Parts: sequence; structure tokens; C-alpha cells
Amino acid sequence: MNLTAAAAPTPEAPFDGDVAVQIDKLWSVFRTAGRASVIHQDLDLSIHTGELLSIVGGSGSGKTVLLRQILGLQHPARGSVTVLGKPAAQLSSEGAASRVGMLFQHGALFSAFTVLENIAFALRELGTLPKALIRDVAMVKLEMVGLEPSQAHKMPADLSGGMIKRVALARALVMDPPLLLLDEPTAGLDPDSADTFCALLRSLHHEMGLTVVMVTHDLDTLFELSTRIAVVADKRIIVSGTPQQVMAYHHPFIHDFFLGERGQRASALLREPTRPV
Amino acid sequence: MEENIPRITQHDTPEGPAVLLSGCWSAARLAEAATWSQIKSQLAAFAKGDSGKLGWDLRELERLDHTGAQVLWNAWGHQWPARVQLLDAQRSMLARVAHYTVPPPQSNRLSAWQLFLALGARVWLVIDHARDLTRLLGQLLLDFLKLLRAPAKGPWRDVSGHLYHIGATALPITALLGFLIGVVLAYLMSQQLRQFGADAFIVNILGISLIRELGPVLAAILIAGRSGSAITAQIGVMRVTEELDAMRVMGIPKGFRLVLPRAIAMAVAMPLLTVWTTLAALLGGMLAADLTMGLTPAYFFEALPLAVQASNLTLAVAKSVVFGLLIALIGCHYGLRVKPNTESLGQGTTASVVSSITVVILVDALFAVVFKDVGI
Repeated sequence: MNLTAAAAPTPEAPFDGDVAVQIDKLWSVFRTAGRASVIHQDLDLSIHTGELLSIVGGSGSGKTVLLRQILGLQHPARGSVTVLGKPAAQLSSEGAASRVGMLFQHGALFSAFTVLENIAFALRELGTLPKALIRDVAMVKLEMVGLEPSQAHKMPADLSGGMIKRVALARALVMDPPLLLLDEPTAGLDPDSADTFCALLRSLHHEMGLTVVMVTHDLDTLFELSTRIAVVADKRIIVSGTPQQVMAYHHPFIHDFFLGERGQRASALLREPTRPV
Repeated sequence: MEENIPRITQHDTPEGPAVLLSGCWSAARLAEAATWSQIKSQLAAFAKGDSGKLGWDLRELERLDHTGAQVLWNAWGHQWPARVQLLDAQRSMLARVAHYTVPPPQSNRLSAWQLFLALGARVWLVIDHARDLTRLLGQLLLDFLKLLRAPAKGPWRDVSGHLYHIGATALPITALLGFLIGVVLAYLMSQQLRQFGADAFIVNILGISLIRELGPVLAAILIAGRSGSAITAQIGVMRVTEELDAMRVMGIPKGFRLVLPRAIAMAVAMPLLTVWTTLAALLGGMLAADLTMGLTPAYFFEALPLAVQASNLTLAVAKSVVFGLLIALIGCHYGLRVKPNTESLGQGTTASVVSSITVVILVDALFAVVFKDVGI
């Protein structure tokens, strides 16, 4: 803990609406064979409605765990996580698909269902909407993420990694949830698909007023999309703000991550000082 | 975040009759049963009437998601109505839905020719299984010869590990089951035998049935369920996670390192478990006989060697070696056939257990017929 918080830019971005996710003094602890390893210690983060927040951090710094905390898949050892005004643990109750969408790192498609059935699953579970309408909605989502209608009846086992990711995104979006969580969305996509993916995400974010929380290592995606970047290191959020603010912060991780050779190349993309929300 | 129920209200404007949409047109709200039936009937009524002249006003909507837009687009008959008032975001949402909506696919019924081909595919599958099993057996023999030629190079650590997991960890469960079967059998038999005053024959019945039949078959069925499935799952997971491919790339033969150790461990553990199960069953039978008929254990020990020839034990042990090999082979066979997806893994494991239990019983029947003159 070498740096004082005073040197950091204010962690809170300009407040422009409700808070979608509020994390207070979060502790995440894993207990394995009697040994407790602390992943997060007094971590604070608030995510506002309409933000596109990217979480970055080194391998094993607990980015995915943070997403799992927001989803209520993991319970805080101490502190609280509030999502859309409710404790995160209550998030996965009935109808959760209309509140939050999650794109898991490896897709997590149901292997017994076809692509279309995977996408339509949450709608079908509602039980009232007619089959034809559900098919239409799922088909639109399928094409929105850039897949051909002819791929609707394939099984997940027959898809490539990039296609699995797109289907998983379509499935996460099927009920147009206001909060979308993405774990490494562009990892394993070819550059062209990654660009399409970014464009899709940006247009969804604009038109639907989605709040997006994204864990990514891909610097291009990071600079291209984020309205705010939060850096996880030393078991907490060391800094959050615009790319410029974050890059100006002095910390070994930030130095290596953003100002390394790859970071230099990607940040050349940062022409305008701030991106419009 | 209280969102209002989706509603449709009709009113007249200077340009003619119009429809005002309000509330939250999102999937979750539309799917509420009462709301949906209301909306559905209203939209159906508009579609039936003179829909071309109807004006649509969407500006009052609190929220319109893709499902809501799809409902509208379908109600409009996949074309823009003449008069529509909407916000830019709504227009782009509807335009996207319009752009991506495709006609439903033709449902394809199976023709007689396709059914015939499907039958052919099943036949090929059976042939394929037979070929794979033969190849596996042949490879096992070759690997065994290789092992005999250079025993020091054998995968002995693997063998001992499997021996422990298949054999040692199965001791409690096989003992418990054997014991209980022995008790049950002795109780039932004692009731029948007492009617004929043939109490002493309980030793013959228990001895022959447990040592010759029940011991080996019971142990084999338990091990097929317990370790046969484990073998399939282990090898199947290696296929799903590409470990088998990694082994192949490193030039490590899977027959020698995966199949051979399991087959050897099974062939060794199975007869030992059979003897163990039989002993537990005889103990249970002996205790039950003592309790129900007052047949002392001393008498039991004395009468058993006279009632059961030693060749029965040899037969049982030989049988269980064959059972063990078959369970290992079938487990490996289904494991290696798993396709790299999780669904196939589940199917493979189920098929492996069912086939190995069936094969054990079939082979046992075969033994009973072939060796009917031995030991009785």
C-alpha cells in the first residue's frame, strides 16, 4: 500500500442517474483446506445506470470473482453488494433474465439444446408467450449478434468458440435486461468479429440505455467502448475513471498494462479526450 | 422501479382512428398471463379490422424492448403502418426487428427414404462398435505382450493406483451388500427347509449359490456400476478436455497407458473382491442360520467343505477375472468413443454401465451352461 488515495482522481464518475450496482466494503474470501485466501478487501465500487464500465486487472486479481459477486453467485464474506436496489443474493430469483444478462467466459450454453432453444430459453420459461413469437424474437437476437439463420438448429457442440460467444450474448440479451455483465467478451474472437461485437455493444448501449459491466484484457475493446475503467489491484479498486485519468495514475500494474508496448499501440486510438456517452 | 402494465387504448384523431400504446412493453411485463391475453385479443381485433387506416402512437411508451417490438411488428403484418408516430430509439428498434425478421422455416418431415437411411446408420453404428471393441481387445493383447517383454517399462504406478480405487475402496460396500444378501437368503431358505425337515441342507444351498453364482455376479455388478462408470467418465473427460489429443501429440500410446493398467487392475481386483464378497455373504448366512435354526457355526464350518467342491471356487475366481476384464474393456471402449461434448459424456457413461452389467449377466449364463458338469 504505497500510494495514498489522495493522489487518485475521484473514483466516482460524474453522477448521471441511479446507481445500478453498489458495492460497499466488500470482502471476498476463499477457504481451501483450512487456508483462507482474501481476494477482495474493503472493495468499494458504484456503477451508475447507463455506464459502460470495464474492469481490468492482472490475472488472478479477482475480476471474475467481482462479477460473480455482482451476480450473487458468490457471497460476500463481509460488506454488501446491491444490484438494482436489491441485495445481490436475491438477484437470481424468478424472472432474473429480465433484470440481468451474463455472458460467461466460455459461453455456458446448455449442451442439450439447439442454438435457438438456448437463446429462447428464458422467454420459453415465462410460459405465456406463443411459440411463433418466441421463435421470431430469438431469431432476431441470433441475427443481431451476427449469426446466420441457418445456424439456428445446430447444437452447441458443433459451434466454434467465437460462435458460442455470440450465441451466449444473444441468450444474455434475449429479455433486454437493463444490466449486462460480460466476462472476457472478445477473447477468442477474430479481430473482425471483435469489431462487429464492439459496434453491436455500443449501439445496444446507446439505444437501450444498457448498463454494461465488462471484464476484459483486450485493450482495443477497452478504449473503444468504456465510458469508465476500474482497475482492480491490491485486493481493491485502486482507481476508476476515464482512460486518461486511469493512465495518469501511478501504479506498477497500470504502468505495465497501459504503457507497455501493446498499451501504447492501443491508446493511439484514443484521439478525442472523452467519448460521448 | 415500478413499471406499468402494457396497455392499448383506441381514440380518434383528426386523421382518423388511432391506437395509443402505453406502459412498459417488455418481455417480462407482456408475459404476465392476464396482460398477454388482453393484448393478444386487442391486436387480433385490429388485424381483423381495417388495419391499413389505423394510426399508431408509440410516444407514450415507457419502455419498448425487442420482444415488444416483435409483437408490434407481427401485429402490423411485417410492414410499416401508414400512420405511425414514434421516437427515434423506437424507430431504430423496430427497424432492426424488421430487418432481422425472417419467415419461419419449412418443417421438414422425415421421408421413407430418410427413415431407411436412419436404419442403415444404426446398423453401421453396431458394426462400428464391434470393430472398435475388436480393435481394443487386439491392442490390449499386443500391449500385454509388450509388457511381458519389458516388464520394467510397464505403467505400474497407474496399475497400483487403479487397484486401490477399484479394489480397496470398494471393500466396505461389497462386504455390506454381501452380508445382507447372505442374511436374507438364509432367512428365506430356512423357512422353506424347515417344512421338509431338511434344515442341514442350508449349508449346501448357501455354499453352492453364494460361492458359485451370487458372489461373483454380485461383486461384478457392483463394480460395473461403481468402477466401470468411473473408467468411462475418466477417459471421456480426457476426450472432452482434449487430454487424449495431448497424449497423442506427445507420442504416449493411450492403449498402453490408459487401457492396459485399468484392465490389469480390474483382472486382479475382481477375483479378490469376489472372494471377499462371498466370505461376507457366507458370514451373514451363517449368523442367520444360527439365529433362526440353531445351526452352530462349528457345524457350518464342518459341513461347508463337504457340501461344496473346491472346483466351484476355482470356477468363481476364473469367472470373475473374465468379468473384470470385460468391465474394464467396455468402460474404456465407451470412454474412448465419447465425443468432445458434455452430452455425449453422459450418454457414454450410461451406456457403459448398462452394457457392462448386461454383458456380465450374459457371460455368467454362458459359464453356467458350459461348466454345468463341473463341481456339482
